[in-house]
Amino acid sequence: MSINRDKEKARLFSRRALFMAGGQATLMSVLVGRLYYLQVIQSDEYTMMADDNRMNIRLLAPLRGRILDRFGEEIAINRQNYRVVLIREQTKSVEQTLDRLSELVTVTPSDRARVLKETRRKRGFVPIPVMENLAWDEFARINVHSPELPGIQLDVGETRYYPYGPLFAHTVGYVGAVSEKDLQKLAPDPLLELPGFRIGKNGIEKYYDLFLRGTAGTSRVEANAFGRVIRELNRQEGSPGNELVLTVDAQLQKFATTRMGEESAAATVLDIHTGDILAMVSVPSFDPNSFTTGISTKEWKGLQNNPKHPLSNKAVAGQYPPGSTFKMVVALAALEAGVISGGHEVYCNGGTNLGKRRFHCWKRGGHGKLNLRAAIEQSCDVYFYDIARKVGVDKIAEMANRLGLGHKLDLDLRGERSGLIPTTDWKRAVRGQRWQVGDTFNVGIGQGFVLATPLQLAVMTARLANGGKAVTPRFVKKVAPDGEDIPVETEIPDIGVSKASMRQVLEGMFDVVNSKRGTGRKSRIKQEGWEMAGKSGTAQVRRISKKERKTGVLKSAERPWKERDHALFVAFAPYDAPRYAVAVIVEHGGGGSSVAAPIARDLLLEALRLDPVGNKTRQKFSANTPDDGDQNA
Amino acid sequence: MLKELGAPEGSLPLSKKIWDMNWGFVLLICATASIGFVMLYSAADGNIDPWASRQMIRFAAGLVIMFVVALVDIRIWLRLAYPLYAISLLMLGAVEVMGVVGMGAKRWVEIGPIQIQPSEIMKITLVLAIARYFHGLPIEYVRRVRWLIIPIILVALPSALVLRQPDLGTTLLLVAGAGIVFFAAGVSLWKFGLIIGSAIPAAFFAYQFLHEYQQKRILIFLNPESDPLGSGYHIMQSKIALGSGGVFGKGWVQGTQSHLNYLPEMRTDFIFSMLAEEFGMVGGLVLFSLYILLMAYGYAIAYRSRNHFGRLLAIGMTGVFFLYVFINIAMVMGLVPVVGVPLPLISYGGTSMLTLLVGFGLIMSVYLHRDLELHSKTY
Repeated sequence: MSINRDKEKARLFSRRALFMAGGQATLMSVLVGRLYYLQVIQSDEYTMMADDNRMNIRLLAPLRGRILDRFGEEIAINRQNYRVVLIREQTKSVEQTLDRLSELVTVTPSDRARVLKETRRKRGFVPIPVMENLAWDEFARINVHSPELPGIQLDVGETRYYPYGPLFAHTVGYVGAVSEKDLQKLAPDPLLELPGFRIGKNGIEKYYDLFLRGTAGTSRVEANAFGRVIRELNRQEGSPGNELVLTVDAQLQKFATTRMGEESAAATVLDIHTGDILAMVSVPSFDPNSFTTGISTKEWKGLQNNPKHPLSNKAVAGQYPPGSTFKMVVALAALEAGVISGGHEVYCNGGTNLGKRRFHCWKRGGHGKLNLRAAIEQSCDVYFYDIARKVGVDKIAEMANRLGLGHKLDLDLRGERSGLIPTTDWKRAVRGQRWQVGDTFNVGIGQGFVLATPLQLAVMTARLANGGKAVTPRFVKKVAPDGEDIPVETEIPDIGVSKASMRQVLEGMFDVVNSKRGTGRKSRIKQEGWEMAGKSGTAQVRRISKKERKTGVLKSAERPWKERDHALFVAFAPYDAPRYAVAVIVEHGGGGSSVAAPIARDLLLEALRLDPVGNKTRQKFSANTPDDGDQNA
Repeated sequence: MLKELGAPEGSLPLSKKIWDMNWGFVLLICATASIGFVMLYSAADGNIDPWASRQMIRFAAGLVIMFVVALVDIRIWLRLAYPLYAISLLMLGAVEVMGVVGMGAKRWVEIGPIQIQPSEIMKITLVLAIARYFHGLPIEYVRRVRWLIIPIILVALPSALVLRQPDLGTTLLLVAGAGIVFFAAGVSLWKFGLIIGSAIPAAFFAYQFLHEYQQKRILIFLNPESDPLGSGYHIMQSKIALGSGGVFGKGWVQGTQSHLNYLPEMRTDFIFSMLAEEFGMVGGLVLFSLYILLMAYGYAIAYRSRNHFGRLLAIGMTGVFFLYVFINIAMVMGLVPVVGVPLPLISYGGTSMLTLLVGFGLIMSVYLHRDLELHSKTY
């Protein structure tokens, strides 16, 4: 009985066991199928995902190209930035390490708090910056004590440095961190996303940013799931940025900046044959190095609220009434139009009446009878009212344009402004008014609507001095250290002014400085063969009222600073074989001949002495001497 | 000592037993465990320490225990089935009262210096107890629902305690392992249908009582993309490891997913992914073959046994072993949710290794005593 039952049990069991074995075999084949699906059919996809997981591409920032002056003097370089970083997992106590570090160098409480906060937030192997821009002796001290400083590592990065500080702040500019706006505006470059990457924010640094930037290198690394780099798989070095050689002479720039002192002023020195900018000064200035590392709000506010506008490059962005420096334009226009000859004479009795209005000459008693040369020499306003009316404003504007005024000169600098040379059409279009003869009178003496930048005035002077060649200013001499000089156009177009007309104007400018009655006689150059020619200008900032005319005008120096006249002077030298042109403006400085002329003279003298155009090489004069000099040596 | 254990009359002499032992089965076990050592060597970046060496020592100790279990007369196991079950249940109760909390769950009790995980022991003793019950139950009663109440209680009690720890994986293994014995004993198929049918609403009901992390695991399994950085991340990285291994693998100690820490738990639950990454599909299929051979041995031994207890015990143990293999591998392949089930004989860990070897010991005991006819009435 029980045996039968047992057999029955065994039979049932066998059936069930077979069934189960079948079920398990089915499930095992599901696993085999899945294995095949994952490892054969989808293998490529998962291989890619595994590589994505482990491989990380890190960008290597290229070295930014240096900026040099025409003699190879360093204006913008990359300086080693000595940093201290802390790696949490290498120290038992972050606090203790920081304590020991602060025995060697001063660690500010805010730095300390920041480091402690970051060590808690970030993974143990991530280096956390503790201090930057250490002095060499601090760096060395920490280095010597490094065995007692677990977790502390020294690290050398590169930061932009401007050895001349404020001297080239306006022209060369500065670099700064990439902003959201930059990312939208600039051509895409993965470098821009790199933390801590700096781009040109102003001046040459901005204009030539792509040349200076270089291209990124890449380092492919294998990283684990926590982001720790296990090893470098391969590395592709980027290429450093190109070097720029500027046309400026750092030594002349330094002299000019010192010479202008505490004024709010601007000056430009040009090579009249090539248009090379040898010095471009705008004072007061600021230190671009503080922008590179990040400027404090207080410092920034101070710069912004300064009435002398240190942030603006007055040499190209400052627009001033040119005053009497404009008289050469009016004279040339009249001569070329044939309405006068050099012998044309006007009697000046101190003013001219136009309807009910009287237009005054700067000299109350009048100059008496004058021809053109004497009118330029003594800057007689009445003479120029007369010839301006004769030639008309449109001819004057046309001559001004030929001399480089009234439009941008396409300089490779940011913030260049176009100035303003009015015409009858302009007044109708912009002001909706008819042109008045009185407007022409004002234009005749460089007042009224007329505006020009110091750079434009320097270009005007250069074009007069070089016999009517339309030179354009330039700031960059060559790109890359071994590159050829950017060629100066050999066929500089002529502005089409006759030699005879030109000579008469230049003779007038010579007399301004060198004749007995010249307005700038006090500032003449006495060295034989270096004589300069020039023209002063005094631009009114406010109108002189009728009442003041009667009661007597307050002298410029007696008015509040903001209401004083701008002093201008344009000049070139040597008169017989011109090489250098200069334009100087001193904001609210007073009279052009008394304030601006001596500065212009000193700049020309220094330019002649240094002769950056004649000399191809020069002995280095500063401490941070570069290894390679000018390639043309 | 062994002699005393094998006391009942009619038992073979010890030397004969040892000679008669199923050495092919033992060899298969050793071969499979060796694959584990190889993988643990790789998991330590090419070092025998700390994992491979410890695992070898545990395996050696486990083998000794396996032999002892194998040599014990099957009649003694039959006699001890209920008492062992009762002891395990008491220990599970002790976990509830005085368990050690680790990883957010109470799973261990401390007895002196040793930590014991009673749920592991229960995997063996539950199969023993159910096999014992059906061994003694006349065939015509098997079909009656009333006679199924006692074994269902036998399953329900430990399952409830383990679920409370909470340990969903082990609970499922206990229920499924017992279910295999139920099925092999001949419980009619429609009853299984009924149980599975009622299990679905019960699952919804039980879902409410699950811990949040367990609920989350199930949800993430159903939609892995919903949490690419959390638990779904583990499955994803495991699939990447498997898939990138390809047919021949990346080579021993060369797995990028494993060695760069993208693969989670690579010594324990996800060790199969590392194996398949480093040795490819070839390596995976070799391991499958070993497992299938081991299970085939289990089935053959169950079939050869002339007593019902032995049959049910062998097939129950083989079934539990299969469940381990299937759930673990299906999990790392993303076929079932992540439940903490180790890969038998391969994953690092002492307790599961010991449980498995005891289970294999019981299967071998069934083999050694296959010709004993134990009548239901005898005990």
